Amino acid sequence: MNFTPLLAIAAFALSGAALADEMEYMPPVTHAATQEECSACHMAYPAGFLPPQSWAVMMTTLEDHFGENATLDEATRADIEAYLVANAGRDRSKAGAAPLRISELPWFRKEHEEEVSKRQFEEAKSWANCNACHKQAERGIFEDD
Amino acid sequence: MKYLLVLPFALLASPAVAQSTSPADLLAQYSAEAGAEASAERGKELFMANHTGGKPDTPSCTTCHTADPKAAGQARTGKPIEPLAPSANPERFTDLKFVEKWFGRNCNSVLGRDCTAAEKADVLAWLASL
Repeated sequence: MNFTPLLAIAAFALSGAALADEMEYMPPVTHAATQEECSACHMAYPAGFLPPQSWAVMMTTLEDHFGENATLDEATRADIEAYLVANAGRDRSKAGAAPLRISELPWFRKEHEEEVSKRQFEEAKSWANCNACHKQAERGIFEDD
Repeated sequence: MKYLLVLPFALLASPAVAQSTSPADLLAQYSAEAGAEASAERGKELFMANHTGGKPDTPSCTTCHTADPKAAGQARTGKPIEPLAPSANPERFTDLKFVEKWFGRNCNSVLGRDCTAAEKADVLAWLASL
């Protein structure tokens, strides 16, 4: 009987944590080469943010990677592509589509529109800069800060 | 013994994992390859100029590195870039593979082609003089 309030608090805390995990967590990159190479100009985005066919296109068009040359030696490139494809997210795109910009995906736009002030965006400079607002993004946690 | 103490820090130092070269060695290597003496003045011109052969978002080295290589730059993604000048950032030009990767990428982004050994020598001569 004495335990009841404690249990209730614990259960509430756990359900809260579980809900946050479900909504705002995406497993971070665990592959050393992907972490190293894909974090040079931006954080290494979790593979789960794009479907497999997107990563396949991404990793074979590095000579024009969003307006910059991001080419890698072939062994490293193939290694990273294999990891990203194997750990990719569910394919929610229309048949045949291979979206490349995470920031243009419907869920991303929905999550960010009306959430991000003009000043916040100016400070972040780009949608590529998750860490500007999501301080724990590198650990896969994308809760609102 | 000294090496044993240094090693853990060298491994932690990102992005250069292994110290395979130095600015002076690299300058000598590029100059020899070019068969000419490097010119810091030409290097500065190349670095500061606006070019038209490359990708439209990156017309100049200064687009991301700024016009002051002793200061930090910023990638188009918003991520900071450590200073390029070895006097401001001792890690620069100490890892041959890293240097070649970024000359390869950035010369193609800015100029639309690889840089020549002479151009690399010139830019390095300027950066090392700052």
